[in-house]
Amino acid sequence: MNGDTGRMPHLTKDAGATPGPDAASHLEASAHPQRASRLGAVTANESATVPVTRAGADPQPMRPTTTVVVPRIAQAQAHAQSATARRATSTVRATDAYAVVGAGVASLSTTALLFTQLTGFSGGLGFVVVGYVLFLAFYALLVSFDEDGPAVRDRIVSVGVHSMAALMLTALVFVVVYTLWEGRTALPHLNFFTQDMAKAGPLDPLTVGGIRHAVLGTLVQIGLALLITVPTGLVCAVFLNEVPGRYGRFVRTIVEAMTALPSIVAGLFVFATVILAIGVDKSGLAASLAISVMMLPIVIRAADVVIRLVPGTLREASYALGAPRWRAVWHVVLPTARSGLTTAVILGTARGVGETSPVLLTAGFTAVTNLDPGSGPMVSLPLATFEFVKSPEHTMIVRGFGTAATLMALVLLLFIVARVVGGRGPGHVTRRGRRRRALASAEDLRRIESRPRPAAAGRPTEESTRSTP
Amino acid sequence: MSSVRDRLRATLSRAPGGGTAVASGVGEVPRRLYADSGPADRLFRGGLRAGGAAVLAIMSLVGGFLLYRAWQALRSAGASFLTTAAWEPDTGNFGIAAVLTGTVLIASVAVCIAVPLAIGTALYIVEYAPPRIRRTLVSLVDLMAAVPSVVYGLWGLFFLQGKVIGLARWLSTYFGWLPPFKVDGADPRDPLATETVYTASTFIAGIVVAMMVAPIICSVVREVFSQTPVGEREGAYALGATRWGMVRSVVLPFGKGGMIGGTMLGLGRALGETIGVYLVISPVFVIQPHILQSGTSSVSSLIALRYGEASKFGMSALMAAGLALFLMTLVVNFVASSIVARSRSGATSDS
Repeated sequence: MNGDTGRMPHLTKDAGATPGPDAASHLEASAHPQRASRLGAVTANESATVPVTRAGADPQPMRPTTTVVVPRIAQAQAHAQSATARRATSTVRATDAYAVVGAGVASLSTTALLFTQLTGFSGGLGFVVVGYVLFLAFYALLVSFDEDGPAVRDRIVSVGVHSMAALMLTALVFVVVYTLWEGRTALPHLNFFTQDMAKAGPLDPLTVGGIRHAVLGTLVQIGLALLITVPTGLVCAVFLNEVPGRYGRFVRTIVEAMTALPSIVAGLFVFATVILAIGVDKSGLAASLAISVMMLPIVIRAADVVIRLVPGTLREASYALGAPRWRAVWHVVLPTARSGLTTAVILGTARGVGETSPVLLTAGFTAVTNLDPGSGPMVSLPLATFEFVKSPEHTMIVRGFGTAATLMALVLLLFIVARVVGGRGPGHVTRRGRRRRALASAEDLRRIESRPRPAAAGRPTEESTRSTP
Repeated sequence: MSSVRDRLRATLSRAPGGGTAVASGVGEVPRRLYADSGPADRLFRGGLRAGGAAVLAIMSLVGGFLLYRAWQALRSAGASFLTTAAWEPDTGNFGIAAVLTGTVLIASVAVCIAVPLAIGTALYIVEYAPPRIRRTLVSLVDLMAAVPSVVYGLWGLFFLQGKVIGLARWLSTYFGWLPPFKVDGADPRDPLATETVYTASTFIAGIVVAMMVAPIICSVVREVFSQTPVGEREGAYALGATRWGMVRSVVLPFGKGGMIGGTMLGLGRALGETIGVYLVISPVFVIQPHILQSGTSSVSSLIALRYGEASKFGMSALMAAGLALFLMTLVVNFVASSIVARSRSGATSDS
């Protein structure tokens, strides 16, 4: 027994220390405290004659023989570790700010001098590049007056990292803002959202015609796709986590492979099977099938990751109360992961809404509103954008930008909803939720105590599993 | 692992009874640890298995059908499928040499631009940004990964195209002696020379695709960087390292697997990108190694361009091209996820 304790430190500690980084996993330098403690939990789980959950599926199995930790040290370290949020170690001094400002002014004036007086350089981009290089040189010079070599290098890299981040974030924000800005001429017209393009030709002004057909088409298509992907995806994710074994691993590999499927190939597949071979017209149904083929692996993988994060202790607690597996999944695992699962589905939806290429092949193009996914072509927002901007007419391009802005707004909305709903860790309960649970728990207690003594034992009730966390 | 498990099992079975259950005789077979809790549970398991089987069926249908339909074209074209540049399936003269070159070049340009930006941004978010805005920045990058590709395509077509010509001309003037930057038919000394030789090029498409894949790479790399052990960080500081010294000796080695894996994930996405590329490029079916020169092509834009007018055999040829693209992204993705999973951080690559 002693030898075993030395090799398996997780068992001597409580196997259910959920979020805090525990010492053993830290010594292992495993960076997933939750996963590490879960693995410890799973090992305990196996021997407690509960079916093995997912020992084989974890990509990074523990090597129990490498850590030899005397439990007391482990506890002490766990105590020390619990205080390690990352500390802020940076200090900014006044001279640093002076150096930045001085180098900035010097480089600006030198570049201006170079461009206007001394050389024949021209062009905005060139100005920025030359100014940036000069800034780096001046800054290094200024810092080197009162720092040594490594510190100068540190400052230079710091400037480089800051400018990389600034460049990328500005560029990304600019792409979005540019679209919204270019769409500004189309968006104020109310008819842009209430009419379709049936009566509007390419030469008509913006006061005629709109994108009602595309908005409705997008909603119908993504709704159908969600009807297909959400149940299938969730069932498959639960399957991957609850039924381990070779078959499950195989399915996981295939799903991973399918995330690599280019979306145009998904569209081509549906075009070749559903439209050419079976003979369905280009329609909303075919488009939503193509979107489903593309979205399904995304939803499965995201949901799989979220379900994997559910602490093993919760599951074990429900098994220990005698819950069968389906109750454990339905009343413990899924509610715990609900926030993350919702986020997974919403982000998958955001991806599906914006995909153009599968829709391009399968939906067909029309200018009239079509709400029947079964027959006739049906346009969605990205496809409408694509078709609008291919036209040489200026108003059509403006309409394209308006459509893209609408699409962008839809994605933004989905994303914000996902952040509001999700963003909480598994098992994290809001204050309101905690109060609700406390009330429910008190209610349970009152009910149990008011019951006559010889209650039916053995069968766990729904309430007993629900109030676990 | 299994021996440990056995011993553990023996220990635990001994523990509660206080040594009564030491019945581990000589010929003991390990018992099957399985709690059967009734028909409802079996039904549940069956349902889950059926769900898994359904997904498996859909996925293998896609792969199998692609292979089946592509077979016709592949058999008739043989090895010339890989070496022919033209795409005229109905005359039997078709191959993916040109489109594959274009795809790889566009993806390489994209990765070359996106990787430094993404790693710099990830470092900034993890190491340099004030903790208050860190979450906002993470959300921003994640949002950028969800921006539809058609939006990036619009930006590339209507904004970037015009702005990048000057840079392209400068590159080709001063670095034209390098084969990739050479532009045929351009004369830098002629002030009236047309600028159209620089438009719709691999370079512009690559920048557009770089904007799409940079957030994806950034979020993978940031995830890995943020898992660097605090103890090692502070150890480096305690030894007197500057921040860059700490990053170079702790964070970057720790996140190496994540950086490689994230890059390859981005590459996989870049290879399959359709609409952003399709909007920008003007398709040609010759091998075009000059990235600044107008005209290029990619497998996905080939499919988007030719699916409508394809005959039955042409469809099969497109399927073969799609299959080649899929195989390429498949290999890249698998290598990426195995690198990420094997690295010390072991981050999952969910994007």
